[in-house]
Amino acid sequence: MHSAQIILLVVVVALVAGGITLVGTRSRRRGAQPKPSAPLSGTRPAAPPGEEVSAKPTQGGLISGPEPSPEELDLQAEEKLVPELPATIQEGLRQARRPFTAALQGLFKRNAIEESFWGDVEDSLILSDVGLDQATRIVEAAKERVRRERITDPVAALEAIRAAMLEALSHADRSLLVEGDRPVVWLFVGVNGVGKTTTIGKVAHQMSGEGRSVMLAAADTFRAAAADQLGLWAERARAEIVRGAPGGDPAAVLFDAISSARARGTDIVLGDTAGRLQNKLNLIEELKKIYRTVEKAQGNLGEVLLVLDATVGQNGLAQAKVFSEAVGVTGVVLTKLDGSAKGGIAFAIEETFKIPVKMVGVGERIGDLIPFDPKAYVESLTALD
Amino acid sequence: MFDNLSARLEGVATKLKRKGRLSAADIEAALREIRAALLEADVNLEVVRRFTDNIREAAIGSTVSRALTPAQHIIKLVDSELRSTLGGDSFRLTFASTPPTVIMLVGLQGSGKTTAAGKLALWLRRQGRHPMLVGADLARPAAVEQLRILAETAQVDFFSESSDPVSVAREGIARARSLGRDVVIIDTAGRLAVDSELMEEMRRIEAAAKPSYTFLVIDAMIGQDALATAGAFSEAVGLSGTILTKLDGDARGGAALSVVAVTGKKIAFSSIGEKLEDFDAFHPDRMANRILGMGDVLSLIEKAERQMDKHVAEKGAQKLAQGKFDLEDFLEQMQQVKRMGPLKGIMSMLPGVPRELRDVDIDERELARTEAIISSMTREERRNPAIIDPSRRQRIAAGSGSTSMAVSNLLKQFKEMQKMMRQMGVGPPSATKRSASSRSAKKKGKRR
Repeated sequence: MHSAQIILLVVVVALVAGGITLVGTRSRRRGAQPKPSAPLSGTRPAAPPGEEVSAKPTQGGLISGPEPSPEELDLQAEEKLVPELPATIQEGLRQARRPFTAALQGLFKRNAIEESFWGDVEDSLILSDVGLDQATRIVEAAKERVRRERITDPVAALEAIRAAMLEALSHADRSLLVEGDRPVVWLFVGVNGVGKTTTIGKVAHQMSGEGRSVMLAAADTFRAAAADQLGLWAERARAEIVRGAPGGDPAAVLFDAISSARARGTDIVLGDTAGRLQNKLNLIEELKKIYRTVEKAQGNLGEVLLVLDATVGQNGLAQAKVFSEAVGVTGVVLTKLDGSAKGGIAFAIEETFKIPVKMVGVGERIGDLIPFDPKAYVESLTALD
Repeated sequence: MFDNLSARLEGVATKLKRKGRLSAADIEAALREIRAALLEADVNLEVVRRFTDNIREAAIGSTVSRALTPAQHIIKLVDSELRSTLGGDSFRLTFASTPPTVIMLVGLQGSGKTTAAGKLALWLRRQGRHPMLVGADLARPAAVEQLRILAETAQVDFFSESSDPVSVAREGIARARSLGRDVVIIDTAGRLAVDSELMEEMRRIEAAAKPSYTFLVIDAMIGQDALATAGAFSEAVGLSGTILTKLDGDARGGAALSVVAVTGKKIAFSSIGEKLEDFDAFHPDRMANRILGMGDVLSLIEKAERQMDKHVAEKGAQKLAQGKFDLEDFLEQMQQVKRMGPLKGIMSMLPGVPRELRDVDIDERELARTEAIISSMTREERRNPAIIDPSRRQRIAAGSGSTSMAVSNLLKQFKEMQKMMRQMGVGPPSATKRSASSRSAKKKGKRR
């Protein structure tokens, strides 16, 4: 970034902002007057019986509209019925639940392996969130093999597809570092809502079940009650927990946890962090600081695990990029694979950033966090029924 | 990594004829690019298919107007198809004639239901309503506690009890009625669409609460599964619309399209930040630009409005227009821009920012360095940089901890910018002209 670009940008923003404020004031004037803020809850008297409380829209601007008549409300209730779906979407729904079924069943119905079959396979991969590029790559590899080995048998073709998918997942070391100088520290990072806290709870439970002593660091000081959530997991897992004040410094929480683990000779420290979107630079900076804390507190950094939600689409790539650049991610935990989502973005992440998927979450129970097995994963993706 | 659709189409467009009808082959080439762009934005494949079919239909036989390049013509078709899919108007919330109006939030785990509940409550309170939050997520540890804290922050009432979700909902509504609260927002547990037991529980909550509105809360980062998920929820309960969360990330949010296609209901609200007030009615037109990767100038404007000092911004724009923008004004503007957060974020919202600029790693410290240099100048020097001779330059460099080379670079670039602005003939900002020019700014984005 050169100063020339900064100058340009500042000027452009100034231009946009300066001009647009005029529009802003105008539209505000045009819009309904904002109501004074409501009295604090508890101070408003209950509506006297018999009085119809009017449904006058009090909001300003965009959503305001004429007062609805009771008929209109009834109409809305009717509208709430399940909409009639276009046939293509209904078909899409069926397919989305089992992306490969249609393509593969088609294969077994066909006499020869036709071009349209490969199109179907590519579609199935796309529907599994593999992404267009990876899907094309996998299909090309499978196609090449079918051509080279003169495969005509549908079962063998299916094997070629599986082999191509497995090949994409075959270059990674999926081991998890738990041994070494105590305390070994694992950090869990990721965007909001992917299941970091739950994953830590499960890991803690499994580790303490293996006879290790575990310390949890509730370094998510941002989300309301995140520490409480982790605290409940600590109880279940019989783990120690260090928590900070809400809104406190997350790095300080981790520092305390590591120091205290060192003093007690605890085996492992699991650090929860607040969910952050990867395009928020200040939050990524904060994460870097948390990361540096491990060294400062003389912890033995074992793993930095990026927790990804299996439902994530192509944005998963951006997440992997930014988090790995910021804190040197050592592995991915793919959660919520028990839903209808397939987590196919894992292919692109392993291929592009060489970050291996190390664990997957396949259910709500503690034992449902398991090591990632590429073979089982590929088979479940391409299951026939 | 994130080529926008216009960039993709420019590639094809060089092959397209300049004017007249598009050939079938031209259209197919363009459709392939559209498909790729939509898939990259995580629009569901089936929806993409239907979408491209519609574009094909519209494109065949259409005449490219004299004013547009073939690529622009196709983008226009895509844009209007996107807008018509997403629905032109914003969602309108109406309130029950016999309060309370009951709103139920449903969705997958981690989609942001609890946070959305808190944000919706604050939003409603600011509209002069008296909402009550009801915590019926008894599954996730501490979810109720999270909602209680959010209720406190939003200064609204809260209710939950450790029984079962159905009775919590029923009790919550009864409580709201007796307290005279006019809106009840029920937060439910996250559930997978394939979990029939939990889906059944959700139906029971719906039957007990009889919500006027049931919103599906969905994460803007969701991929192909958006269709299956939204479809399953839509089959199970009567959805009234969707709340799209985490739109402050850089996900293109193609899921919005999938969800609307499968539920047939609008996106009602969107959540655009971490703070409780970062929540508003959804703007379908802005989403269209975003899915196409064409910047979101309107959101930028709103952000600017919220965080910049209006007077200073207007003054800056005026001075720019008059060609009187000096380093003094620049410093002022820069301090304003800094308040809007990291440059990279701002840049991602600007339409038509060249790729080189968008992909470049912005060193936020460069901003501080630039600021330091200008701050080390005297007022006189800022107004009239011509007086800066080598000895003054040295003083400025020493004062800002930089080199005299850096100082002269900055001065040179600033001069060039002034020249550029004069060439562009930036007009004076008037209310009407400005809204027209913001539209043309968007168009400029498309042309890129």
